[in-house]
Amino acid sequence: MALMLDLAAQGAQMSLVLALAPGLLGLTRKIKARLLRRRGPPIVQPYRDLAKLLRKEAVVAENASWLFRSAPYMIFVATWVAASLIPTFATGLIFSWTADLIAITALLGSARFFLALVGMDVGTSFGGIGSSREAMFATLAEPAMIMISFTVALIAGSTQLSSVAEHMLSHLELRVSLGLALFGLIIVALAENARIPVDNPATHLELTMVHEAMILEYSGRHLAVIEMAAALKLLLYVSLAACIFAPWGLAPPGAGPLFWAIGVVAYLFKLLAGGCMLAVFETSIAKMRVFRVPELLGAALMLGFLGVLLLFVSRSL
Amino acid sequence: MPLALALWYVAGLLVLSVAAIAMRGLPRASAIVYAACGAIAFALLFGAAQRLIAFPDATARLTLPLGLPWIGARFRLDALSCFFLVVINLGAVGACLYAIGYGAHEKEPGRILPFFPAFVAGMNCVVVADDAFTFLVSWEFMSLASWALVLAHHDEAENRRAGFVYIVMASLGATALLLAFGLLAGPSGGYDFATIAATPRPEWLAGLVVVLALVGAGSKAGLAPLHVWLPLAHPAAPSHVSALMSGAMTKVAVYGFIRIVFDLVGPVQLWWSVVMMLLGAGSAVLGVMFAAIERDLKRLLAYSTIENIGVVFTGLGLAMAFKANNIEWAAALAFSAALLHVLNHSLFKSLLFFGAGAVLGATGLRDIEKLGGLIHRMPRSSFAMLGAAMAISALPPLNGFVSEWLLFQAVLVSPALPQWGLKLMTPAVGAALALAAALGAAAFVRMFGIVYLGRPRSPAAIKATETDPWSLAAMFLVLALCLSLGVAPGLVLDAIAPVAHALIGARLPEQSTMAWLTVAPIAEARSSYNGLLVFAFIAISTLTAIEVIHRFGSRAIRRASAWDCGFPNDDPATQYTASSFAQPIRRVFGNIVFSARENVDMPAPGDSRAAHLTVETTDRIWSWIYEPLTGAINRIATSINRLQFLTIRGYLSLVFAALVALLLTVATWR
Repeated sequence: MALMLDLAAQGAQMSLVLALAPGLLGLTRKIKARLLRRRGPPIVQPYRDLAKLLRKEAVVAENASWLFRSAPYMIFVATWVAASLIPTFATGLIFSWTADLIAITALLGSARFFLALVGMDVGTSFGGIGSSREAMFATLAEPAMIMISFTVALIAGSTQLSSVAEHMLSHLELRVSLGLALFGLIIVALAENARIPVDNPATHLELTMVHEAMILEYSGRHLAVIEMAAALKLLLYVSLAACIFAPWGLAPPGAGPLFWAIGVVAYLFKLLAGGCMLAVFETSIAKMRVFRVPELLGAALMLGFLGVLLLFVSRSL
Repeated sequence: MPLALALWYVAGLLVLSVAAIAMRGLPRASAIVYAACGAIAFALLFGAAQRLIAFPDATARLTLPLGLPWIGARFRLDALSCFFLVVINLGAVGACLYAIGYGAHEKEPGRILPFFPAFVAGMNCVVVADDAFTFLVSWEFMSLASWALVLAHHDEAENRRAGFVYIVMASLGATALLLAFGLLAGPSGGYDFATIAATPRPEWLAGLVVVLALVGAGSKAGLAPLHVWLPLAHPAAPSHVSALMSGAMTKVAVYGFIRIVFDLVGPVQLWWSVVMMLLGAGSAVLGVMFAAIERDLKRLLAYSTIENIGVVFTGLGLAMAFKANNIEWAAALAFSAALLHVLNHSLFKSLLFFGAGAVLGATGLRDIEKLGGLIHRMPRSSFAMLGAAMAISALPPLNGFVSEWLLFQAVLVSPALPQWGLKLMTPAVGAALALAAALGAAAFVRMFGIVYLGRPRSPAAIKATETDPWSLAAMFLVLALCLSLGVAPGLVLDAIAPVAHALIGARLPEQSTMAWLTVAPIAEARSSYNGLLVFAFIAISTLTAIEVIHRFGSRAIRRASAWDCGFPNDDPATQYTASSFAQPIRRVFGNIVFSARENVDMPAPGDSRAAHLTVETTDRIWSWIYEPLTGAINRIATSINRLQFLTIRGYLSLVFAALVALLLTVATWR
């Protein structure tokens, strides 16, 4: 019985991230539009888009390979598994020890690996430019993420996110290194989710685009699955920041459904706050030239590195 | 497997090598030789693995009346030898299976067949040698056999140059090892490993031995700055030999280093670990950056070998730092991570070279700028290569990720080190490893994307066909091993544990007792990874997603021409090329590492000739170390050259002067 409940909680987490991800995207778009004094599409618009795309036939280029048709699922699943391993409403779920923060970063790396590959599958120049730039960003964003993981792991004494969240809850304190890690994480999250100032999620046909260039050839259900993966990735980074830097409301391991309900409500508030902050940030800043981005990501890497270095020097910083 | 049996197998390989000369003319000679070689390697592999699991702590010794009459040849089999026997023979079995099919392409099999079993025998001998003499003779045997294989296609000038650079560097390495063993033996002249290990020696002498071992074994393994021969020689050999050189021979070098530093030389000193970590992390970053911009498919893989050897040496350096501070459990963690990476790298690098060989056999091309679209014409081998590319990019749930992850865990326990210098250095090493891993992923996205995806860029790539079933069998066998090591790494870690226990004095906690094959190197609450569950999650979620979408959404597919923003162009030259893919990476890191320079030749307005963009990249190590060195050697040789043209009087006085100088030396020495 207890096992069934544990499995149900884990299943609930998987469904929760899947159900909320397009909503977060819709919310962000709505707030952005309001900030620009536009009415904006309704929050449920991403759900409608997905439903529409799923029902349409997929148009596939004549010379596309089997990888072109299977990679969207790999991208989606790797992101989904990564997103459902991050504590959202409760810590210590039954499969939470499957992968730690480093493994979650690597799972996102798997998703990116396939995304960059399919950009090159049809053999168009747009796909190649997107893949090439994505690969370049990743060479800096991934080590930055690892360094941020190191900072967090050294403070909490664990790379397991459940343990990290519990540690953060029980040792509430302001640390220089944590601040650096938060800054780094924000930069990495912006780059990884193709947000302004790194990439513009609202454009097609722009020479500086990255993410959209890779998926230009996709349509129908394949596009839906990739869009879903992108939404999940945004949700993942918001949940990650919430789990590490604002773990309040997370149900402790072994807690009952009541705590879980509290956890879900708290999580919804965190997503709301994350969406608002992202929208405000995006409307207040301009997009960067593509070769300025490595400097930004290099800064994230240095921030993470500095955080680790401070912790190696003194455990209390 | 008793030691004597292992030596019989090695003798069998040598006999096979002689028999291969006799079988030169036979039509199926290559299939017979490779099958026999593979069978013997499999017997060695099975025996070593069984011994490693059943009798991990047993050490067998044997002296044979070979070699120098008053010494004999000593051999031994302990946990470390067994582990490396597994690595070598796993690579050999794969290479033989592959070569049964691939060897048929060979124009002159007589240049390869005799040397191939000899090469395998040499590698096996190195890891079972128990005295300096046997070790060095086997080492040289291995070097020379592989050198002959590098020169198998000697009619190409590039290969002759590779062979020359290789033999020079191999001689340098062997000299360094010879001197190292000379210093190890000490005044009493005991050259067997047991005596060497029991002899105490001053700290400076031990340090000197380690530096020499680093030059000797490091040059064979491809550690920067001694790596220059590797990207020349490994690609020059036939592909199954390249696989064996990159997958197994570099590991023999790692064995030599581990044997000398962790076993023979005595207590570990701290500064060794600093040198090791700097060299290792430097090699990792340097190697992978060159891999990320390289155009030659096999050379790209060779550069990536340098990266992985760097990762292994970084792990060994961390283990040494922990061991010097008597933090044995952490040393065991770093050491096990390094050994697991040795095994992992030997697997996926073999597979990658097999795939490169298949491409080479199908198209005759190694330049990736001329390939493309091979996924349509070589669907099976491209699938295997995709798996290998994922594994080497350290992506879960494959095996490369596990060793990378363990290494990161080892870096994370390094605040336990008391020294300030190490405290400041280990995070930098960790960052370098993370950078190398990320660049590795970019390099292999580029490799796979340019070679297998897109549209064919040359007529040869259009006409490519799938490779033979033997090669495919070898590739899928190795791919299966990569996946199983990725989902059940705990079983291998348990098999490695006795090796760590013998050399470090501590072992990782037993992994097979963990639920669901989880790996938890320190404690589960601290860090754990479960490849099996990640794999299961991915598999189940993928199937569910596909089923749900196909059932409730649409499953219709319509083929149409590519969209490309409304401007599709049929010319394959409009695709992104390998060089353009690497351009952002070259621009971000280029000035520091490659001293890359772009020259644009833009015609004046009205001039109708084509514009040209040329990119120059140079390996700074060549220009900073090797060119001055070869220049100096040339100058000295030229000035000594004058001695060839002396008169008879001149020669006689030279002989006299030499005699006087020698006598004086002897007189002052006494």
